[in-house]
Amino acid sequence: MDNTLRRTPLYDLHLELGGRIVEFGGWQMPIQYTSILAEHQAVRQRAGLFDVSHMGEIEVSGPGAGPLVDQLVTNWPTQLEVGAVLYTPMCREDGGIVDDLLVYRLAADRFLLVVNAGTTAKDLAWVSEQAARLASPASVTDRSSAVAQLALQGPRAEAILDPLLTADLAALPFFHWLKADDLFGHPALISRTGYTGEDGFEIYLGAKAAEPVARGLLRAGAAEGLTMVGLGARDSLRFEACLPLYGQDISDTITPLEAALGVFVKWDHDFIGKEALLAAKERGLTRRLAGLRLGQRAVPRHGYPVVADGEVVGEVTSGMISPTLNQPLALALVPPRLAELGSRLAVRIREQDIAAEVVKRPFYRRARN
Amino acid sequence: MDVPEDLRYTADHEWIRVDGGRGRIGLSAFAQDQLGDIVFVELPKVGAAVTAGSAFGVVESVKSMSDLYAPVSGTVVAINQSLADHPEQVNQDPYGRGWMIEVEMSQPKELDALMSSEAYAQSIQSAGH
Repeated sequence: MDNTLRRTPLYDLHLELGGRIVEFGGWQMPIQYTSILAEHQAVRQRAGLFDVSHMGEIEVSGPGAGPLVDQLVTNWPTQLEVGAVLYTPMCREDGGIVDDLLVYRLAADRFLLVVNAGTTAKDLAWVSEQAARLASPASVTDRSSAVAQLALQGPRAEAILDPLLTADLAALPFFHWLKADDLFGHPALISRTGYTGEDGFEIYLGAKAAEPVARGLLRAGAAEGLTMVGLGARDSLRFEACLPLYGQDISDTITPLEAALGVFVKWDHDFIGKEALLAAKERGLTRRLAGLRLGQRAVPRHGYPVVADGEVVGEVTSGMISPTLNQPLALALVPPRLAELGSRLAVRIREQDIAAEVVKRPFYRRARN
Repeated sequence: MDVPEDLRYTADHEWIRVDGGRGRIGLSAFAQDQLGDIVFVELPKVGAAVTAGSAFGVVESVKSMSDLYAPVSGTVVAINQSLADHPEQVNQDPYGRGWMIEVEMSQPKELDALMSSEAYAQSIQSAGH
């Protein structure tokens, strides 16, 4: 395997646990340990532990930090209280998506941007470039190498993690974070966030703490059925929950409005790309993300044509046979008039047009108490 | 990895079990393991012609799609219908319930070009690790 690829601090643990290593976003990551489907079900039914240390972390601080992050993203980070987190697209001037990310408000003038692995270098350059334009100073620091990240996801995640902390995890609301001083002897930042559609946590640690904490969690969670989960199930879990994957459902040639992420665009503040998005809205969109269910068993995949009345009208951005629902489902960009619920389309798979219907997104929504 | 001795193999990881003029065809244990969870198998119809070395169907796992190549030429006389609803049988029992098609061979001599279990076992050892 290409030795310019990077490894997370858990690489040896992945090998020890039988992880099958693939290249992803410039990293050597486990795609599965046992079976993608088994790992998927473990997260839906019990709990799974993911190494997501390949994700990038960019810290923005200083008097200009608030104005800078507000400029950078379509959502509105300075509206957050300290202790809260938001999800947001980050756009170019033309409205295309540079990346999608989480923004943590660490302090009044300190924010943590958690970005995709494959885009970290691009994002860092972009954020630094914008910082240089601002009147008030903000420092931009790449923390990616120093920070490891684990995701603990699934209905039993809280029951596993709570006894290990002095803080009351049950009191931590969705999209909020807290600091733990002693998670198996290591400090950690823990947020109730995730990329699976389940309840769960993302745990940020110093790189050296990753392995002992991962081992500790696996031990502590064994009785609850905690399982290591690779990137394969991470993709199928996020797909069912209709959480976009950068480079697949969204990219620098797709806008947040097209990607049905309009709810994360806050028009009451200024941000890069706002004019382009407003103009696009004014003109009317030419394509929009829709959820499709195929009428027969087949596997729709990224890039497959979407057809209406024999003509290609769009394409699949993500698709698979949903492990939870056991149905062939797809996300696709299609003309807005064809994106309405119940709309009849087809997906072209190996020259054959398989009938499909626009259905509600997300495909999977967890039962809440 | 299990490589039964009574079968012959292609470099593309299909196996064939010969019984008279017919051959039953499937995917090796090594191949199903490499593919991971198989979620869909597309097979030809009974009566279709298949050609040695050409694709006769498709197997899709969660992450990838691969063509299935015919070890021999001939006419499809049976397909494993149960794979339509239970493609996971290819993972669970690749040489048994995971079989794919049965072919009436038109050129049985083609069998000579296939690998013995020994040769195949060796080839996956050098390819896999």
